[in-house]
Order: sequence, then C-alpha cells, then structure tokens
Amino acid sequence: MAKVTIDGKSIEVPDGTTILNAARMIGGDIVPPAMCYYSKLKTSGGYCRTCLVKVAQGSAKDPRPMPKPVPSCRQTVMDGMVVENITSPEIVEARAGVVEFLLLNHPLDCPICDQAGECHLQDLGYEHGKMKTRYEFKRREFEKIDIGDKIKLHMTRCILCYRCVKVADQLCSCRNHGVMNRGDVAEISTYIENVVDKDMSGNMIDVCPVGALTDKTFRFKSRVWFTKPVDAHRTCDKCCGKVRLWYKGEEVLRVTARKDKYGEVEDWICNSCRFDHKKTSDWVIEGASHIDHHSVISANHYETGKALENLKSDIERHQKQLKENKFALGQGAMNPNNV
Amino acid sequence: MGRQILINDLDKEGVNTLSGYKAIGGYTAIEKALKMKPEEIVEEVKKSGLRGRGGAGFPAGMKWSFIAKPPGVPRYLVCNADESEPGTFKDRFLMEKKPHILIEGMIISSFALGANTSYIYIRGEMMYVFHILEKAIQEAYDAGYLGKNILGSGYDLDLHVHCGGGAYICGEETGLIESLEGKRGNPRIKPPFPAVVGLYGCPTVVNNVETLANVPWIVNNSGDEYAKIGIGKSTGTKLISASGHINKPGVYEIELGVPVEEFIFSDKYCGGIRNGKKLKAVVAGGSSVPILPTELILKTAKGEPRLMSYESLSDGGFQTGTMLGSGGFIVMDEDTSIVKNLWNFTRFYHHESCGQCSPCREGTGWMEKVLHKFIEGHAQTKDIDLLWDIQRKIEGKTICPLGEAAAWPVAAAIRHFRSEFEEYVHQGKNMIDVKHYYRLNNLQEA
Ligand SMILES: Cc1cc2nc3c(=O)[nH]c(=O)nc-3n(C[C@H](O)[C@H](O)[C@H](O)COP(=O)(O)O)c2cc1C
Ligand code: SF4
Ligand code: SF4
Ligand code: FES
Repeated sequence: MAKVTIDGKSIEVPDGTTILNAARMIGGDIVPPAMCYYSKLKTSGGYCRTCLVKVAQGSAKDPRPMPKPVPSCRQTVMDGMVVENITSPEIVEARAGVVEFLLLNHPLDCPICDQAGECHLQDLGYEHGKMKTRYEFKRREFEKIDIGDKIKLHMTRCILCYRCVKVADQLCSCRNHGVMNRGDVAEISTYIENVVDKDMSGNMIDVCPVGALTDKTFRFKSRVWFTKPVDAHRTCDKCCGKVRLWYKGEEVLRVTARKDKYGEVEDWICNSCRFDHKKTSDWVIEGASHIDHHSVISANHYETGKALENLKSDIERHQKQLKENKFALGQGAMNPNNV
Repeated sequence: MGRQILINDLDKEGVNTLSGYKAIGGYTAIEKALKMKPEEIVEEVKKSGLRGRGGAGFPAGMKWSFIAKPPGVPRYLVCNADESEPGTFKDRFLMEKKPHILIEGMIISSFALGANTSYIYIRGEMMYVFHILEKAIQEAYDAGYLGKNILGSGYDLDLHVHCGGGAYICGEETGLIESLEGKRGNPRIKPPFPAVVGLYGCPTVVNNVETLANVPWIVNNSGDEYAKIGIGKSTGTKLISASGHINKPGVYEIELGVPVEEFIFSDKYCGGIRNGKKLKAVVAGGSSVPILPTELILKTAKGEPRLMSYESLSDGGFQTGTMLGSGGFIVMDEDTSIVKNLWNFTRFYHHESCGQCSPCREGTGWMEKVLHKFIEGHAQTKDIDLLWDIQRKIEGKTICPLGEAAAWPVAAAIRHFRSEFEEYVHQGKNMIDVKHYYRLNNLQEA
C-alpha cells in the first residue's frame, strides 16, 4: 500500500495505482479531467495532457519534486507522494493551455453535433476554457467517412485520444483501424478504407469523447437531452447484454453501454445489442438510469433529487465565475444550465 | 588542445574498407575487449566520462549500467543513426568515411551489454550510407568479426541495418524502437525506460553513432586516458557540424574545451565569417537549442570566454546560455533575419511532430502560422506575446522532448532578438522578401 496526498487529501491505495485513479478514489473537485485515459483499455492515456498534475514530493524516501508536470493517468503513486492538482496555479494554467490546444482546430459545430450534451470536450471547455479563441487561422478539415454501415467518422472533430484505436486493437478480432499521417494532419483511418465491422467495433462510439465517431442509426434523430435513458438487459451470447436504452416517447432511438460518472462504460456491448435490438420487446427493462455524469444530459431532471442538486451547485458555480468574469467559451451558451 | 581520435586519419588510403581500417589500427580493440569481462568494459567507459553525443549528453557508462538483466531475456543495443536535426550532419560523415569504426564500436558495446543482436537504425534519406554500412558489415562477417563465435571467444553477434522512412521523430529513442518494431514511430510514454522495457519489450540501450565510435579508442587506451582529453566533465572530442555563413563549413573534430571564438575565427576550423561580414548569432547545438547573439556566444554573462563544452555552453541556463546538443553549429552573419530563420525552424518542427500529444500537435502549427504573419508583414505587437505564451504552454508538457525542441528556439529568439520582431511589426509589408513573395504567388520577377 502507498499513501498519497492529492491537494491536501490523503488516501492509501494499492501499489501500482495511478495518481488519477487515486484521485478518483478520493473523488470530488480534485479529480483531474481525463480525455484519453480509459480504465478498460490497456495502454490508454498519456496523449491529451489534460490530466497533468504537479508532483511536489516524489515519495517519502526521495522527497524531491518531479521536474515537469506528469500525466496523472500514467504516473503511478509512491508511498508518501504529494500531488498538487487544482491547488497549483501552474497546473491550472497548463490545463487551460491544453484545453486551448484541444479546441484550437475543433470545428465547434456543437449545434449540429450528435455528441453535444454528452461531450467531454464541451464539458472541459466549459470548465477550463476561455470565452474567446486566440486562433485566427482556418481550422483543419477532413472529409467525413463511413466506417462500416453503422459508424460515421467525422475526423474534423477528433482529438486524437487513441481510444478507438485501442478498441479496434483490443476488442476486435482483426486490426484494421489506426492512425495515418503525423502531426496536425494525423487522422484516424481504416486500413485502405476497410470496413470496420466486427462484433465489438460499436464500442468505439462509446469511448469517443467527442462527436468524431457517431452511431449512424441515431444520427440527427434527436438531441441527447431530449431522450430518456433507461437501463435494460437481455441474454446475449456475445456480450454482457446490459445496456442503456435512449427513448423518445415510445421509441428507442439508440442503444449504448452503461457509463459511469467518468463517462466510461461499465461493460462492453456487442454490435448486435447496439444496432439490431431497438424494440422495447427485445429487452427486460430495469428502470430509469442514474446519470452521474456532470453534463448537460444530467440536467434534464430524470431523477429529481440528484439532478436538482447538481443543477443548483452548477448555477452557483457559474454565477461565481460570471462575477469573476472568467467563464467560459462560446458553446457554454447552449448549456441549459446557463440560460 | 586539438587532439583528434575519430576522423584524424581520413586521408589514409581506403579507411572506408576493412583492410584500410585495419591498416590504421582498426579492429585491435575487439581482440582486447573479448578477453575482458563485460563489466570491465562498462567500468572503462564509465571512467572515460564519455557522454552521449546524440543531444542529451547523458553519461554513456551510466546508461549501460542501468540496463536490466533478467535471466533468459535477450538484451539489445541499437545505434541511433537517424540524424535529422537541422544543422547536424556528423554521423553521416563518419559512417560514410569510416563505417568500420562504428561497427567495431558496436561489437564491443554489444559484448559489454550482453546483446547478441544489434541494430543500426539509419535515416531513410541516407540510402547511400545504408549501402556503405551493408557492405562494411558483410566485410566484418567475412573476417569473422560478426556472426557465431567471434574470434574464437564463444561470443555471437548479429548486426542489422534498418532504414527509417524519413521522420525526425524516429530519432527519439522510443519512437525509434517503435519504428524498428515495425510500428508507427510514436514515442512511448516513459517510464518504463528502454533500459528496462525497450525493443520487443526487452532491455535495450540506444546510443548515438558518435558515442559508439568512441568505444574502441577507450578500450585500446583506457578510460583514464580518454578522460584526459577535453575539459572537466566534458571529456573527449566532439564532432561539430559547422554550417552557415562561415568560410569553411564542414565536419570538425574538436577537443572539448576549444574557445568558441577560436572555433569560429581560426583558420583551423570555420575560418571566420564569409565576405568579411560581422557575426550576428549562433545556434550552437542543432536547431532545437537556444540561439545566442554574438556577445553571449563568445563570452558568458560573467564575461568569461565561452568554450565548446557541455558546461560552458550551458553556463547561465537558458537566460544567457544554450546547449552543446548534437553539435550542429549554425553561424549567422549580420544580414541574417532571425525571424525568418525561426519561421523556418518552426516549420520543421510543425512538419515533424508525430501528433500524439495535443500541445505539440496543435502548438507547433499555431506557432508556424503566427510566425508567417511576421514574414508576410501583417503581424502585430501582441503576436510576439502570443508566441511567447504558446511556447510556454508547450514546454515541459509533452510526451517526448520534441515539444521542447520546438519551444526553445522560439523562446530564445524572442528573448534575445525581440527588437527584430518589433521591427517586422513596424515595417509591415516593407519586410516582405520580394523573391519569397514572387515564389509564393507564382509570379515572374521583373
Ligand atoms: C525529436 C528527437 C530527435 C532525436 N534525434 C536523434 C538523432 O537523430 N540521433 C541521435 O543520436 N539522437 C537523437 N535524439 C536523442 C535520442 O532520443 C537519444 O537520446 C540518443 O540517441 C541517445 O544516445 P546517446 O546517449 O548516445 O546520445 C533525438 C531526440 C529527440 C527528442
Ligand atoms: S475518433 Fe474519437 S475515439 Fe478515436 S481518436 Fe478521435 S476522438 Fe478519440
Ligand atoms: S511531443 Fe510532439 S513529437 Fe513528441 S510525442 Fe508529443 S506530439 Fe509526438
Ligand atoms: S487522460 Fe492523462 S493524458 Fe489524457
């Protein structure tokens, strides 16, 4: 076991735990945002740099601080480590910088993006971003492509988190999906436009933090906050069969895996459950989903108690930010919390 | 001062062949080394104080002693011959003129590390050097220096040359390892370091060409003798790729500790600034190290003469100093535009970023575009501050040091030559280079 202190809060965690996971065990404001790390995908994390933290003391044995900010999703804890996240002005500034970089070439087409409302980049920009961009050049654009008949790749929105590459690599039987080119023209692609049509490939949609990979069977059907999530299950021989159905009226508009408060799926689901079972009669309904994810979708009062609490604290926070004149980014205006 | 041990005998007949190399005393160190214990060789290299010549200057012996030795797991030595840093061309020169010195160095080093398979990862654009190496390796196999049971010692070694596809990032040691494994050359996230998890997941040492080429001399003459060359902790000699506005550009082997002033102005080395112009600035260690103006490159901030050594060049930190880096010494005369030069460097880093981490992927392109505004004559004063801010948000926040390599030149140019950026702002379109403008717009010059 190792004792680690993050922003003044201490916890004992098993050896080999990352700083990020230790922070998640503590919970609350001190959890660094993570755009590329995904606990269910091996070797994920390290790319986006939103989770950078400062290690003010390396360990009890070697108390020297680490010279540079470290990605908390990859750095494991040492006994006696002292970490600063939101208490370090340097980290707060670095994070604002990373958010600016992530949004630099992002099209900000949230009004027409299916992910809006459950997008991690929106949340991130909303919390750490600036009102105005300093970028005055043409933003990068790519052609939209279909990967298979069920998934749309809108590369222009991609933040190159590599999560979908790891899904293709680790969950699908044959790897034909990866990154082509380099630098700011690097793009997600399939091997010579090969179709990704594997049993588990649909999980790419769930892991994508932005609207770069979307479900073609759901595209443009509805804003997510107008749909009502319900947990349901069925017996499936390919996956756990535990899903979330998104209803509009009587109609199931889409099927996704169940996500926890960090936006990670609880368990992978197969393409058959996701794309081919869209009737209520296909499923055993468990009840309304509890959405803990701190975003627009949680603002639509499915569960009055919790959601109202969230809403209240959000409004208070935003009013405070408004007063301090530091609140946040164009697309913030689309958040219902903000009107 | 002035001893040479690597390229002192290039004028001799056929030093690029095995027999010619043997005629100047080549392949004697191997015989001596194979009779030593591997640890003894590591110890000699430690004593020599030899530091990595690829840029970071990490002590080679120390790096070797870090290699993990789990039983039953192979170990690898990889030679980094990807040399793509703008302003650096010494490894290519050495491999072309004297390929066997690298091969001998690699055999001894592989033996010291307990590696039975070693690789030279060479930059893809240097195809002719690839052929030279292939030929030399074949000669070494034929002479029994490579293959099974080398010189009857019972030690086996296979040496392969692998061509990169032409990406600067594959010179970063973990990007290189990924590329060598046949993958996309994305640098790995460290730790684990290659000494523990390297090529094919096995303990690996990556060393620069010049670093390994020093090893035969150390074995022949002892580490202590080597440590007598050079100055202080900067032991030995260093190949310097001298380029820019000098009378005699080329590769020079200097003994570490030669004064910078002597290096630039004496006829033994660069031979002064061409056309009788004045010196304006120097980039002392390849494009990624901070540029220094004349007054700071010839003398440190304390007023002492600046020497060609790791310590002296970095004296004063980045405020008033720079780095020896890979030894790419770029000299600029009074007519040089620092801003335009910086734009060129930044264009390079933008082009070469692998795109894994957001600060480098997005930041390098942004800096290039902002710098282009200066060149095109429509930058504003706030753009100078913007550049400063962008580089600050890249530095230290990336996976590999390419982020820093892109940020440092920008920071140093603004730090030492801010007035020149302001000049571009005030002069606006007057600063447009007509030739450049015509070329960009496909116009004929009148
Ligand atoms: C972007 C980048 C490019 C590099 N390119 C080279 C190179 O071309 N040749 C080289 O020897 N080292 C290069 N390096 C340094 C290597 O990562 C590594 O430190 C070096 O090969 C170690 O060898 P040494 O200890 O003998 O210097 C590069 C580093 C970075 C970050
Ligand atoms: S498509 Fe989505 S999941 Fe894949 S790298 Fe881009 S942002 Fe990440
Ligand atoms: S710093 Fe640049 S080159 Fe290095 S890993 Fe990150 S994106 Fe790639
Ligand atoms: S979540 Fe840690 S770097 Fe992206």
